[in-house]
Amino acid sequence: MDFFQTIIALLESTIRLSVPLIFAALAGLYTERAGVFDIGLEGKMLGAAFAAGAVAAVTGSVFIGLLAAILISVLLSLVHGYASITQRGSQIVSGVAINFIVFGSTVILGEAWFRQGGRTPALSGDARFQTWDLPFADAVKDVPFIGPIYANLLSGHFLLTYLAFALVPISWWVLYRTRFGLRLRAVGENPGAVDTAGISVIWLRYRAVICCGILCGFAGAYLSLAMNAGFVKGMTAGKGYIALAALIFAKWRPVNIMLACLLFGFLDALAIRLQGNPLPLIGQVPVQLMQALPYILTVILLAGFIGKAIPPKAGGIPYVKER
Amino acid sequence: MSNPYAKLPNWAEYGLIPLVNLVVAFLVAGLVVLLVGENPLNAAYHMVNGAFGRGEYIGFTLYYATTFIFTGLSVAVAFHAGLFNIGSEGQAYIGGIGVALACLWLDRTMPWFVVFPLAIIGSAAFGAMWAFLPGWLQAKRGSHIVITTIMFNFIASSLMVYLLTRVMKPLGSMATQTRTFEAGGQLPKLDWLLSIFGLNIGNAPFNVSFLLALLAAFGVWVLIWRTRFGYELRTMGHSPSAARYAGISETRITIIVMMISGGLAGMMALNPIMGEQFRMQLDFVQGAGFVGIAVALMGRSHPAGIIPAAILFGMLYQGGAEIAFEMPAISRDMIVIIQGLVILFAGALENMFRPAISRAFASFGQRSAAVQTKGA
Amino acid sequence: MSDLAIELRGIDKSFGLVHANKDINLQVRKGTIHGIIGENGAGKSTLMSILYGFYQADRGEIVVDGKAVVIKDPNAAIASGIGMVHQHFMLVENFTVLENIMLGAEDSQVLNTSISKARVELKRLEKEYALEVDPDALIEELPVGLQQRVEILKALYRKADILILDEPTGVLTPAEADHLFRILGQLKDQGKTIILITHKLREIMAITDEVSVMRRGEMVATRTTKETSVEELAELMVGRRVLLRVEKGEANPGAVKLSVKNLTVRDGRGVTMVDNVSFDLKAGEIVGIAGVAGNGQSELLEAISGIRRAVSGSVVLNGSTVDVTGHVDPGALRSQGLGHVPEDRHHVGLVLKFDESENAILGYQRDKRYLNGPFLNMEAIRAEAEEKIQKYDIRPPNAKLKTANFSGGNQQKIVLAREMERGPDVLIIGQPTRGVDVGAIEFIHKRIIEMRDRGMAVLLVSVELDEIRALSDRILVMFAGRVVGERGTDATEGELGLLMAGVEGPKEAAE
Repeated sequence: MDFFQTIIALLESTIRLSVPLIFAALAGLYTERAGVFDIGLEGKMLGAAFAAGAVAAVTGSVFIGLLAAILISVLLSLVHGYASITQRGSQIVSGVAINFIVFGSTVILGEAWFRQGGRTPALSGDARFQTWDLPFADAVKDVPFIGPIYANLLSGHFLLTYLAFALVPISWWVLYRTRFGLRLRAVGENPGAVDTAGISVIWLRYRAVICCGILCGFAGAYLSLAMNAGFVKGMTAGKGYIALAALIFAKWRPVNIMLACLLFGFLDALAIRLQGNPLPLIGQVPVQLMQALPYILTVILLAGFIGKAIPPKAGGIPYVKER
Repeated sequence: MSNPYAKLPNWAEYGLIPLVNLVVAFLVAGLVVLLVGENPLNAAYHMVNGAFGRGEYIGFTLYYATTFIFTGLSVAVAFHAGLFNIGSEGQAYIGGIGVALACLWLDRTMPWFVVFPLAIIGSAAFGAMWAFLPGWLQAKRGSHIVITTIMFNFIASSLMVYLLTRVMKPLGSMATQTRTFEAGGQLPKLDWLLSIFGLNIGNAPFNVSFLLALLAAFGVWVLIWRTRFGYELRTMGHSPSAARYAGISETRITIIVMMISGGLAGMMALNPIMGEQFRMQLDFVQGAGFVGIAVALMGRSHPAGIIPAAILFGMLYQGGAEIAFEMPAISRDMIVIIQGLVILFAGALENMFRPAISRAFASFGQRSAAVQTKGA
Repeated sequence: MSDLAIELRGIDKSFGLVHANKDINLQVRKGTIHGIIGENGAGKSTLMSILYGFYQADRGEIVVDGKAVVIKDPNAAIASGIGMVHQHFMLVENFTVLENIMLGAEDSQVLNTSISKARVELKRLEKEYALEVDPDALIEELPVGLQQRVEILKALYRKADILILDEPTGVLTPAEADHLFRILGQLKDQGKTIILITHKLREIMAITDEVSVMRRGEMVATRTTKETSVEELAELMVGRRVLLRVEKGEANPGAVKLSVKNLTVRDGRGVTMVDNVSFDLKAGEIVGIAGVAGNGQSELLEAISGIRRAVSGSVVLNGSTVDVTGHVDPGALRSQGLGHVPEDRHHVGLVLKFDESENAILGYQRDKRYLNGPFLNMEAIRAEAEEKIQKYDIRPPNAKLKTANFSGGNQQKIVLAREMERGPDVLIIGQPTRGVDVGAIEFIHKRIIEMRDRGMAVLLVSVELDEIRALSDRILVMFAGRVVGERGTDATEGELGLLMAGVEGPKEAAE
């Protein structure tokens, strides 16, 4: 039973750790499927986390905090959009720039406004997301096997957690079953086809970039309003890049993204759990190896050793009308 | 594709446009200073004063510049071949192993001028090795170099934590760093160089690796514009199909260029490890690899532009420390913002001001042409 | 109601210094096929892009069906009943036919209903116009002929009454082209108006009712097709009668310099582009390869010059075997006496951002002459560039100027000088005068003959049949990847045309 409890706990933290990855990777899905590469997921998430933490602390309202997160993240997306869609600059360079600007700004502004070493004040009560218990979670808790799975694993998460998982089928539906999705996927493959069909490539790509901003806003808000009680300097700690890796690992498909994020979340959870504890049979596994594993797996996938990740064809290339 | 904008004279192309981009980046940074309730002009004053006000400050500025020359060159070499190496950070980090190994091995028995060449080779070799794999994967397997090098940065970081917590740390020590090197692992300072100008170096760790950086900059210039290999890498950077036509092996160039780029990044490790701390610490790179991107963009990938751009960033780092001291609301992270803004304006938005500047030149050109015809 | 489908009045458009359309007037009658003909760069595509809303005219008026309209984007064009089939298909390759047809014309936010509606409508269109295509096939899996059909269906699905086709036969086999013409005839019978842009006179004569001729951005004439002739149109296109006749003496063929045997080449998608081709090329002769673009000539050149790997076959250059199915180093071929003027000078033959002098050694950068050890010998490179500038009258005579700033003709001279002056034994030339002004054409042709007379073996590929006939001592005709015939200098245009159309070629190539 003890082993079972451990597994449940491990899976529970897997879910907790995958949520920001799912939000961010889905965010990347929208822009990259529209042909705008985005390595600025990290920065947008961080900016959103800061905005959420700061605004929630000041207003005492978690929802205003969430709104602020989305607003900031969308603004940053628009900067990326302006540079890469309107000005036709390098999408990679723009993403790198945004990551730095945000990292520096959150530290400076956080310190200047709150003077807590780059943190925002600790949140409690209405200023922070509360966990939700699913119906009857208490009642079934003691039912063997099913009980703990329902009560501990499926129940007792944040609203945003359920939203993240709901967004997976929703995103699939949007991309593959709506007009917007059809056009969005088309513009990432052949913007010329979209342009000649009488649809504005620029506006379509901006909308994709805005979707990305909204989702990164959720990712950031989750970090500072749900998973933690406030913003901590540099709290994304590379999660944006892991999400990017998950997006590639998932070959730019929604359901795969959820699975990849769960896998990477699981590795993270395992690394935390294994810290100092030897693994049966294998013995001591360096935590660092576990932490590096998502990146190593992505490199192996990209190299085509396990399947081939083919990015959207027009990705990374600014659209210029042909003469 | 033809250039959509009128051709600008070289001084405008390489001087005016970067300057305009820089000014805009600083104006936006000034807004952030206003946001935290400080006076941007005061901040600017403290920055310049903090960077150049005293011999010691200049020494620090040049110490940081040394680091950025290496990483800027690293990014620039790859740019010329059409490759975006975001991995200089990780390559510099791994390069540190080479430096540390040479020092740990010989610092007690040999003088610095014996250890230094070995450390150079070691740092370049380790950095090159870390860049080899992304290069190889791009050349042979078609993996996107940007993504692979990002991943390799994180892998490098995990690897170094592992090494510094388990392998390269002296027994019984709690700190995640190697032991401190003896005299053989310490580079001499360039106090004589500053004293020529009547400056006192004070405590600044400005050391001989600066000279190595200048040498590397010259070497990169020669490599890119004066060697066959440079010709081939530029051909590939401009037009892969022309390179194939000219019998240039894309695989070979990609791998070698990445190794050169990684080697240059690795050599950056000499400066902090042998020049300042005399040991290898966790996170000694401190984002210098990323600063290299800003420096390369700012310097238009030309060594003659990279050196002033590196000094500019050295000034930001040193002067930024001074601002932080004078204005507690502004920490050194201010520099990260400026760095990001420079990357944004000099890189992603490089064409934003170009049309206006080109137009200005065109109308000026027409006017002067008209004057000439009238005169004739 | 007007009997004109489209009327353009005084359309004027410039791109920077390039005056692409000068005060264009055009009247297209309803229910006709109207050809617009002109050389490459005459401004046809720009004019049609203005009509389709891709660009805005600087001046002028567009009248559709008697009403003046402003076409500010493709949407407005579609709304006015104009559809366009682009030269490079505007299709999303990993979408199905149905998805491509729907794109931009979906009638609701959610696709389910749109899809079923589109399927029904597509079925109807297929029947009405005899344009069968599997609606669930992925575009990337369809042959080009069918992809083009999807483009036409796209326009019809949007209820286009006026259909613009931009160089539609460039990528088609002759059989596919014939099929396309039948379709166009049918569309006309159903009352559609068709504008056909082409630079091929034969097509104009075969299918159009009226034809307008463009030359250097101007509309120079409109004729009723029945009342004009190929000769008249050709003269209108070129402006003056350019006699593509070059002074040349008899060839004195010597030893075999290049021997190609059973060469087979596939493209990136695995389609066989060169199919079992064999020929010999002797010193002191020019062998021309004629054919409609896309029949394997490009791939043949690439395989011989070592840029593209062949699947099977052998090539013997100057007596030594080239490993064409393995790894070939184009640089090594150069040192064995091969010169190569590639078809695409902008992307292959030159690096446009390089100085002229740097391009003067492209491909020869390993030649000891230009090196001091691993370093470039800048003086030698400069001296050589300046010598060639003189000899080939390259203007402006400035070796430090960026190559992008030279005109097409001068750029081509830079490539020719580089590849000819070294005196290779075998010179292969692709499209020597594409995008080159008339004056330079004469110069280039003379040079090619001169090289032959010096004993060089010259392999010439051109889509300009006149050029092939003017220069070649022997003519090979390629069709669908094969050499379908060899003729001498006495071959008539008609005879070659039939061969190029595959009439006497392999039967399986026909659809």
